[in-house]
Amino acid sequence: MSVIYVLLSISISVAIVFFVAFITAVKKGQFDDGYTPSVRMLFEDELVKEQQKPSVKIKKTN
Amino acid sequence: MEKLTCFHCGDPCDSTIITSNDKHFCCKGCKTVYEIFSEHDLSCYYDLQTSPGAAPKEIQGKYDFLTQANIIEKLTEFNDGNLQIVTLYIPHIHCSSCIWILENLNKLNPHITSSQVNFGKKTVRITYNSEHLSLKEAVLLLSTIGYEPYISLDDYKTGQQNVNRSLIYKLGIAGFAFGNVMFLSFPEYFEVGEFWLEQYKHLFRWLMFAFSIPVVFYAGRDYFISAYKGLGAKLLNIDVPIALGIAVLFIRSTVEISFDLGSGFFDSLTGLVFFLLLGKFFQQKTYSFLSFERDYKSYFPIAVTTMDSNNEETSTQVYDIKKGDRLLIRNEELIPVDGILIKGKARIDYSFVTGESETISKTSGEKLFAGGKQTSGVIEMEALKSVEQSYLTQLWSNDVFSKNKEDGFTTLTNKISKRFTITILSIAVIATSYWLFSNASKAMNVFTAVLIIACPCAIALSAPFTFGNLLRIFGKLKFYVKNASVIEQLASINTIIFDKTGTITSNKKSNATYEGIALNPSEESLLKNTLRGSNHPLSRTLYEILDAHNIITLNHFEEHLGKGIEATHNNDHIKIGSASFVGATETSVLNTTVHVSTNNQYKGKFTFYNKYRKGLSKLFNRLKKEYDLVILSGDNEGELENLKKLLPSKTKLIFNQKPNDKLEYIKYHQTEGAKVLMIGDGLNDAGALAQSNVGIALSENVNVFSPACDAILDASKFNQLHAFIKASKSAIKIIKWSFLLSFIYNSIGLYFAVTGQLAPVIAAILMPLSSISIVVFTTIATNLLGRRMNV
Repeated sequence: MSVIYVLLSISISVAIVFFVAFITAVKKGQFDDGYTPSVRMLFEDELVKEQQKPSVKIKKTN
Repeated sequence: MEKLTCFHCGDPCDSTIITSNDKHFCCKGCKTVYEIFSEHDLSCYYDLQTSPGAAPKEIQGKYDFLTQANIIEKLTEFNDGNLQIVTLYIPHIHCSSCIWILENLNKLNPHITSSQVNFGKKTVRITYNSEHLSLKEAVLLLSTIGYEPYISLDDYKTGQQNVNRSLIYKLGIAGFAFGNVMFLSFPEYFEVGEFWLEQYKHLFRWLMFAFSIPVVFYAGRDYFISAYKGLGAKLLNIDVPIALGIAVLFIRSTVEISFDLGSGFFDSLTGLVFFLLLGKFFQQKTYSFLSFERDYKSYFPIAVTTMDSNNEETSTQVYDIKKGDRLLIRNEELIPVDGILIKGKARIDYSFVTGESETISKTSGEKLFAGGKQTSGVIEMEALKSVEQSYLTQLWSNDVFSKNKEDGFTTLTNKISKRFTITILSIAVIATSYWLFSNASKAMNVFTAVLIIACPCAIALSAPFTFGNLLRIFGKLKFYVKNASVIEQLASINTIIFDKTGTITSNKKSNATYEGIALNPSEESLLKNTLRGSNHPLSRTLYEILDAHNIITLNHFEEHLGKGIEATHNNDHIKIGSASFVGATETSVLNTTVHVSTNNQYKGKFTFYNKYRKGLSKLFNRLKKEYDLVILSGDNEGELENLKKLLPSKTKLIFNQKPNDKLEYIKYHQTEGAKVLMIGDGLNDAGALAQSNVGIALSENVNVFSPACDAILDASKFNQLHAFIKASKSAIKIIKWSFLLSFIYNSIGLYFAVTGQLAPVIAAILMPLSSISIVVFTTIATNLLGRRMNV
């Protein structure tokens, strides 16, 4: 039954890992702005499109 | 014909239409921005949102002060070597296109390494290479694309502001401990005396003890501090029984596990702190894009242009302006100090100060007051006072501005908690003394059990959740309240004081009536067409009011500044303007009038009246039953008769009030027991708003500026004012009902405690149950309230 020591220490250390992750996230300011990231993540597509555009242009001018 | 709107900013294209690439623009500025974007392959800007832009404004010379090292040092967050980081407030940020373009600034200028938008706060944080790009250039770049940052005297302070995140940390710790303790204490709830449990229970209990330590000593610290302060001030606030409960829970649990008397109440302890902090967090809802603490500093520029004896222009920090300095004020710039106009034609817009949108013309030699905005061309003035001593800014030296309004106010919760604490302590003492005689071994057990179970978690949660939710509902209805205690104060007011200009009158439109000889159609047409050519605000207003006529070409048109305009068409001659200019005798001095004469014959005058907000009389008639109503105006009595007709007869009308008079008026009535709600808009109301119990600033556009206040109300919701006050009163009722509910839980708990049968499992069920049912009750009740307001 001493396996319970192992299990307890595993479960608590996993909990502590998540807790520390939470604290560092707060410290880095990830909870300061709750809105902008939700919009920002939708922009990825436009950026890709834009990188393609110049290459098309170059072809045309050549 | 369909009206064309600008592709860039969405404004209707009235006078000029510029077409480029099949797209229409209202002005050159908008077209330039479009060209910049398409040149850099950033035209996605227009795909995300239609017409998201703003027309760039004239900014020549406005940001020259940004080249001074000491100003750069104060504005930047980080300034070392080649790297500078600056956070700029940009009022125009309003949609996803804005975020996108501002985060792609590096495409417009490669020396910008990164830019990050905070949409809620309407700020952009720009990191750039200062060797190649100066702060001024960065600001100019933003301005040319229509995102002009707002830099005011308020930004002139060193260093980064510290964000207080301690509540989130505390909530995190309490939540973490609560979850783990629940998990560790669960086995002992039901299986008492089981073999393996007996073996390991000590380990479980001491682990729970370890988890509780940070909860009591860090997360719950504020309750002990507040209770201690309360006791020091001889106040039994709600934190006293809470702190007592936490302390007793912790000590008794520790004693129990040390002497193997039981499993302790660590689950209830951590749960209690977690729920309390959750309530605090919920109440802390703030509107990060609004500021309730503004003073004149948020309106004033950081630096202005001064001229020395050789007419050399230099930028000077406004705090350094001394008496006798010569200042150069450009178009659209703010006058930072009181002074005398020396050169140029001043047309000053005092709307920041008084709420009056009409500009005032001044000629050289006349006095100019700080806070006005120059609206036509460049002027030169001589400073008479320094910034702090100017007429307007002196108002802030009054000590109302340093007082905290919440200090003198006892909240409902604290009123209840006084009686509550005394009752609980007496029950504890009576129960303990009974047990001392019947079964002394149980006495201590009962005493602590009473204090534990009576810990007023549910009471402490009622107000935060009710007010917190109501703040959110009000916010959706465009009434932005600073904090929960404002709602409570709003429910208790008995006097409402309104400012006149800009508050009960609307800023934009005026009404005008015509008196005199009727004009024939050709004269009307001439009048309208003459007004068309003038940019004077009164001309614009009159032009909007008059019926449309065909456009005719005038043979002659001349504008006499400060006097009026004259024009000829064929053989008809018209003069429009002041009485002396037109050749009439001045009759009324109080109202704004425009006189008209044609062919040297006096015709009549247009008298302008303020246009009152929609639903004003209705609102006043609804309010008059319950409240004393007062109008406190800085203007003259010109509108007295009009107001008398419009408003209920018992409304007090007081005119010619200076900013300080308003403050004193409120102070005087407060000493007579009035609880005052002040509604104002300009900086001149700032003193009155601060002195009143609740100060509401009315704002045409909440993103623009409003003086320091307790709440900001969108002008379009002005006629809803009564509904907001009524809702606040209903909120108080909801809280009282939830108090009753929590008393019922407390009585059940006390029964177990007094009879000495409080097992940890009962406490662990009863405490969260009462807290959760209070949260559910208040949330549902306030939502119902909100729904009723929406209809």
